[in-house]
Amino acid sequence: MPWAQDSEILSTCLRSGESAYVSTTNLLFLQERHEPVGPQIRTFRDVSRDLDQLIACPRCDAVYHVEEPGMGERAVCARCHNVLIAPRKRAGKQIIAIALAIVVLVIAATIFPFLSIRAAGVSHGSSVLDAALAFSSSSLLVVLTLAVAALIVFIPVLRALLVIYVLTPVVFDRPPWPGAIRAFRLSEGLRPWSMAEIFAIGCAVALVKVADLADVHFGPAFWMFSALVVLMMLKDSYMCRYSVWKSLET
Amino acid sequence: MEIPGNVTTARQMGLVACTRCTKVWPGETERCGRCGHRMQSRDPGSLQRAWAWWVVGLICYIPANTYPMLSTRTLVSKSEDTIVGGAVELAHHGSYGIAIVILVASVLIPIGKFAVIAALAIGVRRGTRMSQLRRHQLYEVVEYIGRWSMIDVFVVAILSSLVQLGALASIAPGKASLFFALSVIFTMLSAQSFDSRMIWDRDSEPTPQPLQPQEVHA
Repeated sequence: MPWAQDSEILSTCLRSGESAYVSTTNLLFLQERHEPVGPQIRTFRDVSRDLDQLIACPRCDAVYHVEEPGMGERAVCARCHNVLIAPRKRAGKQIIAIALAIVVLVIAATIFPFLSIRAAGVSHGSSVLDAALAFSSSSLLVVLTLAVAALIVFIPVLRALLVIYVLTPVVFDRPPWPGAIRAFRLSEGLRPWSMAEIFAIGCAVALVKVADLADVHFGPAFWMFSALVVLMMLKDSYMCRYSVWKSLET
Repeated sequence: MEIPGNVTTARQMGLVACTRCTKVWPGETERCGRCGHRMQSRDPGSLQRAWAWWVVGLICYIPANTYPMLSTRTLVSKSEDTIVGGAVELAHHGSYGIAIVILVASVLIPIGKFAVIAALAIGVRRGTRMSQLRRHQLYEVVEYIGRWSMIDVFVVAILSSLVQLGALASIAPGKASLFFALSVIFTMLSAQSFDSRMIWDRDSEPTPQPLQPQEVHA
């Protein structure tokens, strides 16, 4: 009976256009598991051991019994299609490598100009630092200088460093370093506020806007930001949060 | 796209789930024992906070449109453009494509975000005809698009740092950039405060069959 349900779910997921490799078959529903056991005969210890086998979709609260999908497969919430588990081979090392690259690129991209403009013999290049400082001319806008610098430079670098700190011991099969749990929680909390890739698209838009006004050229930092867009997307897609939390559990 | 009867929520089981690390705990637990995140089965203040950020965001969006976003100074002229004004100007010059892009990115999308968040929040209270999955997808879209609105602020920063050609031409940021940035940030906070689990609650609301830890102890 559970198999009939699972295949039905799998087909609904596929029908609604869920891409790649959906493996909801690995998530058995809890209802069946729990029916035979009444709550009154269970001890607290039993419950907590039982709970270790469960996960809840953070988006819609649906509870599943965990059976980890194989490498490269994904376990998707049956009703809201949120990806719950997506382990990958050697993901740890790859993510650390990407995070290191991100740190180097963001710092380098901050210093070099990303666009330069030339009109009637006058030329001017602009780096991220200049872009942030553009708001410092008026006292009202100084806050924006800090905000822009934080969103484009500090938060992406901080997130990359936190991920390196959390994953390095995990990759080498050592116990997690102190504070790793808080570090990963902070890194996850900062996720929406890391906007380096948005800045890269902003460069392209600005280029279109001034193209008819003057001669505009890409600087080295523009290509670094373009690379950052790809790297950030890769890093987020390689990261299986479930596996990381699992490995931080002691 | 309902899979009726098959999905049990943590709330129905009398459990509470960590929204950060997906671990499930007995109903009364306040902090997740794995990641330390604060947990609530449903956050009672969620709608209130979402509405509060929503209102502040909307208030900031008004000066973002009335104040100038950019002030451009060239040899012969000095002009200050609001968001809509700038787009209209571009259209006059014949670049309809860019004008439409600007209007979509800085007017249509922000207003759409306000509308969707409000609709979702009202839908949770009053119920709607839209399916839960559809509403959830709308929520995901708003959460995803929210940060991309910041692009406007970045473009202003880039333009005003780039176009500094002495007497020839220069661009300076206007007051609207601050309000626009604030509006984006507040809308992001509004979307984040909204507890998407509430979208799924309405129909499957047979009161939680308690599996309370207290009973279990006894």
